[in-house]
Amino acid sequence: MSTATATNYLNEAKGWKSWLLTQDHKRIGIMYLAGIFFFFLVGGLLALIIRWELFTPAKDIMEADTYNRFFTLHGAIMIFLFIIPSIPAALGNFVLPLMLGAKDVAFPRLNLASWYLYVIGALFALYSIISGAADTGWTFYTPYSTSTSGSVVAIAVGVFILGFSSIFTGLNFIATIHKLRAPGMTWFKMPLFVWGLYATAIIQVLATPVLGITVVLLILERMVHIGIFDPAMGGDPVLFQHFFWFYSHPAVYIMILPGMGIISEVIATFSHKRIFGYKAIAYSSLGIAFMSFLVWGHHMFVSGQSELASLIFSFLTFFVGIPSGIKVFNWVATMYKGQISLKVPMLYAISFLILFSIGGLTGIFLGAVSVDVHLHDTYFIVAHFHYTMMGGTVIAFLAGLHFWWPKLWGRIYNETWAVVSCLMIFIGFNVTFLSQFIMGAQGMPRRYYTYPEEFQRLHGFSSVGSLILGAGFLIMTIYLLHSIFRGKKVGRNPWQSLTMEWEAESPPITHNFDKDMVLEHGPYDYDIVDAKYTEEGTL
Amino acid sequence: MSNAEGHPTHLAHHFSTTEQQKDSAKIGMWLFLLTEVLLFGGLFCAYAIFRAWYPDLFHNAHSFLDTGLGATNTVVLITSSLTMALAIRAMQLGNKNATIWNLVATLGLAGTFLVIKYIEYSHKFHLGQLPGKYYTFTGVEGGNPHIFFSIYFMMTGLHGIHVIAGMITIGWMLYRTTKNHFSAEYYTPIEMTGLYWHLVDLIWIFLFPLFYLIG
Repeated sequence: MSTATATNYLNEAKGWKSWLLTQDHKRIGIMYLAGIFFFFLVGGLLALIIRWELFTPAKDIMEADTYNRFFTLHGAIMIFLFIIPSIPAALGNFVLPLMLGAKDVAFPRLNLASWYLYVIGALFALYSIISGAADTGWTFYTPYSTSTSGSVVAIAVGVFILGFSSIFTGLNFIATIHKLRAPGMTWFKMPLFVWGLYATAIIQVLATPVLGITVVLLILERMVHIGIFDPAMGGDPVLFQHFFWFYSHPAVYIMILPGMGIISEVIATFSHKRIFGYKAIAYSSLGIAFMSFLVWGHHMFVSGQSELASLIFSFLTFFVGIPSGIKVFNWVATMYKGQISLKVPMLYAISFLILFSIGGLTGIFLGAVSVDVHLHDTYFIVAHFHYTMMGGTVIAFLAGLHFWWPKLWGRIYNETWAVVSCLMIFIGFNVTFLSQFIMGAQGMPRRYYTYPEEFQRLHGFSSVGSLILGAGFLIMTIYLLHSIFRGKKVGRNPWQSLTMEWEAESPPITHNFDKDMVLEHGPYDYDIVDAKYTEEGTL
Repeated sequence: MSNAEGHPTHLAHHFSTTEQQKDSAKIGMWLFLLTEVLLFGGLFCAYAIFRAWYPDLFHNAHSFLDTGLGATNTVVLITSSLTMALAIRAMQLGNKNATIWNLVATLGLAGTFLVIKYIEYSHKFHLGQLPGKYYTFTGVEGGNPHIFFSIYFMMTGLHGIHVIAGMITIGWMLYRTTKNHFSAEYYTPIEMTGLYWHLVDLIWIFLFPLFYLIG
């Protein structure tokens, strides 16, 4: 199908202007990908430096103040500049219109504007680094954030702008999913990744504005002392925490829901089997999105909020476990008696099932008020959210990245190196963070520059794990970059998947498809399609 | 106005029908308005909390706001919503001149609103009724009077920024109308601007009683 001279979205227009002024969702997706890879590298290097410092209790390479700035930057960069845009804005942008059989997203100009807002927000974050950097932690809790000498305003402005980038992406996706589905694609014939993006977009649109106004208040508090969050002036610092978590708890589902969508696609494709419980998975995405707005108080069990509020938030938190559990069981049931092929995306999907289950279940521990009072602000929390954010979202992102990589470039990476890197990431991740569960349970507080001697062995263990993890990512960077130029060429559908994006050429042409798309079979109708094509022996 | 393939020029390449494009714009705009409601929602929430904490202060402090000017501004904005709606209706009927005059009237009323707001603000600046630590006025009974004025200036200030953004957008629509970009078949951008303008109006309708009419 694809020949060496064929035109596609990558080679149709040339020069930097054709990229910076493009309204093609695929090019914008690639530009997002470049941005998030850069910040993943920055955030990752910061993490390695932090682990280096924590290798011994003594001062190894930096002062305590610098340490505070580094962990703040690691958190803020990873959350606002990497994880939140990673799956929706980068992979989602590329894949969503293709999955729907559409030519582009509903508002291509707005899509480009979102990318520019992302870049401008990122520049503010970088400026905050050179102007002294914030040392508040990524949560910017008042009253410390209004009195510290760190550069809080610059990064808060950055977060405000990044928020609008995220809102516009979400708004664009909702309109796209409502209005640009190919004829025949009813709501329950959409791929589950689209359901994941839809639920994500709802949260982006409903929660992010509250973060926006919260950081505006924080900036005003710092610059003109309006007194809203300052107890000395009759204000309430806990109000900041309520506002902050009203966004930031739903935000963790902005991070995980699209990842869950990817896992649904990958497990169905590589089990070559109809997904088990399609509607249950679709509805559970919406269920998680809905519940996400009702649990923010579980971050505040020790903030002084009323005991009744804590009990209600705790109770509601347990409910989130239900839709997440439904998904995990459905994925496992899909694999049962499937024709499983252990390609790289599937290896990541299986890693996800293991790591996300650990992350999710430890979240249930933390949702229980009495347990949380003991574990609050310890490494147990750090381990828990790394198991969900990294073991969940990042691993799912990597599954999706390896799954759609051939579609992005028309070429595929070296399978052997990809397997090696996947295993190193899995092992390195567990070495780094399982040890942190143990330290946390023993009382090691988070965000501390130093620690008692007795934690030395586990901290050292964790630091060694981070090196294995880093090496795994280094290998990945090399083979992925290599594959863009030298990888083996692939056809339209290397994985024999049934969703619509695989009917486009690899890489797709500028207008995505060479014909007007009509839905001919459901996204997971493997049984029906296999029966139809048995005689030809191939799809 | 259409190209060789019969695709009208106002129809973007990735839509198949004008209807589909218009529906998408509507969904997008309503979602955007929802985000605006939530943006203000944080401030309304802060208002509710501090009014519950300091009911007497809010009652005493509100008497320093000029109800006459506030009420005038309410009438001004409601009238501007009417002229905005009339501008859309005129374009639906293909009456370009009526659209232009109604948009000009909307802009004029929005400007009037800002002038009145400027008079109110400068009077308060003069008295030292400023937000937070800049507050120097001594006439309000009760502790922490600056909290009331902090919230007042944040909410009306954010609203004022939205009025200015609305004026820029309406000005842009005015320009495009004079350049014949719109017709009875295609007037979606004016209609979307109208939706935004009504929301700006609606937020003021909540702000007015919450600040000026505390009983």
